[in-house]
Amino acid sequence: MFLEVNVTKNFPDFTCHAAFSLKTKKCGVFGPSGSGKSTLMHMLAGLLEPDKGFIRLNGRTLFDREQKISLPPDQRRVGVVFQHAHLFPHMSVQRNLFYGMNRLPKQERNIDPTHLIEILRIDKLLSRNVTKLSGGERQRVALGRTILACPRLILLDEPLSGLDGTLKYQIIPHLQQVFAEFSIPMLFISHSLQELRMMTEEVLVMQKGQLARQLATEELARTSFGTGGQGYTNLLHLDEMEDLGKLLRCRWGDITMMLVKTPDQRPGRFALNGRDIVLFKKHPEASSARNMLSCTVRRTYATDWLVGLELECQGSQGNTLIAEIVPQSVDELDIRPGSEVVAVFKASAFRRLY
Amino acid sequence: MLTLSPDDIQAIKLSMQVAATATLIALPPGFAVAYLLALSNMRGKALLEGLVNLPLVLPPVVTGYLLLLLFGRKGWLGELLDKFDIRIIFTLRGAVIASAVVGFPLLVRSIRIGMEGIDRQYIQASRTLGAKWWDTLFTITVPLCSRAILAGMTLMFARSLGEFGATIVLAGNIPGVTQTIPLAIYGYTSTPGGDSMALSLCLISILLSFAVLLIGEAANRTLARR
Repeated sequence: MFLEVNVTKNFPDFTCHAAFSLKTKKCGVFGPSGSGKSTLMHMLAGLLEPDKGFIRLNGRTLFDREQKISLPPDQRRVGVVFQHAHLFPHMSVQRNLFYGMNRLPKQERNIDPTHLIEILRIDKLLSRNVTKLSGGERQRVALGRTILACPRLILLDEPLSGLDGTLKYQIIPHLQQVFAEFSIPMLFISHSLQELRMMTEEVLVMQKGQLARQLATEELARTSFGTGGQGYTNLLHLDEMEDLGKLLRCRWGDITMMLVKTPDQRPGRFALNGRDIVLFKKHPEASSARNMLSCTVRRTYATDWLVGLELECQGSQGNTLIAEIVPQSVDELDIRPGSEVVAVFKASAFRRLY
Repeated sequence: MLTLSPDDIQAIKLSMQVAATATLIALPPGFAVAYLLALSNMRGKALLEGLVNLPLVLPPVVTGYLLLLLFGRKGWLGELLDKFDIRIIFTLRGAVIASAVVGFPLLVRSIRIGMEGIDRQYIQASRTLGAKWWDTLFTITVPLCSRAILAGMTLMFARSLGEFGATIVLAGNIPGVTQTIPLAIYGYTSTPGGDSMALSLCLISILLSFAVLLIGEAANRTLARR
């Protein structure tokens, strides 16, 4: 357990309580606005004192009401990347970046700034004024600034919610690479399940100030609460793109997929909604849909008013797709675990994320 | 025609000296009080704010009289200072204290508004990056409210240049010792034939105040560009 938390904070009209232990280094906090995500983050960072409980990070007590221990934020080594970056406006990008690092004893500076700057691609921004940066650049600098302070835990407070769709998905690979490379534990706070699925393995679900559930992020993605009734989104990495005029042929593992040609033809991550997948018992003779995959149903589960089917596609090297269909269709086609089906979806059903 | 006597020139120098000293000595406590009012979670903020703003609403003569009671030989502080042979009444120190007290609310108000405008997440970001509170104070809070500090200092300096009521009660009107521009003007207006001399000093007073405001504005623009 690297993080053990049991905290309660009472407000006049709201109580925030969370008790959990974390083993995984990529964890998320999920919940709607006002569910207590930010309160929890502030308590972990030492910006808000809990009324009772304790917080331990790697066996070190950061807060314990009974033992009267409450380390100030500067002694916790818990970094925060704020929603709107909050780069210091009176400092250059370079001074912002090194603000935390310059306050660390030299023997504890274990991150190579040159390498980090390279990964985040901010080398050309160093002498710039922070007010002249775009939203994405600001977030990259804020992330770099936090990481260079060598924290033992990073809290990312909805770092992508202030960015528009395209920019958001441009930053995610940077985040993934940084966390993979430096192996710093993180708590990624977000109300976007899609972001959490790309960044985390485990998730804490907050509801009305209480920790409601702690589960694998993918498991949450399959529940109606997780999808907010919008349906499960399959996230597929597609590569080896080949231009066929109006269509692109690409690979998902060993499987060939067809998608509508877009200006951006680079390999990348694409979204496919489970409700856009149609199932047949046999291979249809002719169809306007460009993608037909032979699959085996691995398991079925109920969502809010649909049935989710986990499909293992032949030749996909174990990759699975989730399709969501109405219970009547399940009954009529007699679909159960082990059934063979054909999953059909249009070339236009894909949406590029990044 | 601008005619100035040696006493007038001395009054101008004293005015500048009193205003500058009062502004400088009021700055640290002014900043501290503004910090408490804007950024701390202390109780009794309303009371503190009321006390700080009192000289702003009281007639300056009343402020001067209260200071006289405090610093007089029989006053709480006066008695104590007397033991160290420090005199306040009818001295330049008295003029500085009177100006500092009367201008203090303007300084605090300006800095407080500036501090309240700072997004607290800058301060929080600094703390989570390993800066201690005093480090955050000097590297984040002060630079981010530097324009407000400057505005407060300018306002207080200008106010001190014109301070009359409290000064005349506490420091008197002694030429060459405590006589500042407003007191010298007052002296001329109560002297037959002193009108032109009073007018000259009025003109100097206007020019000085205007110059202070212009310099303050120029410095403010420089800070805004940084």
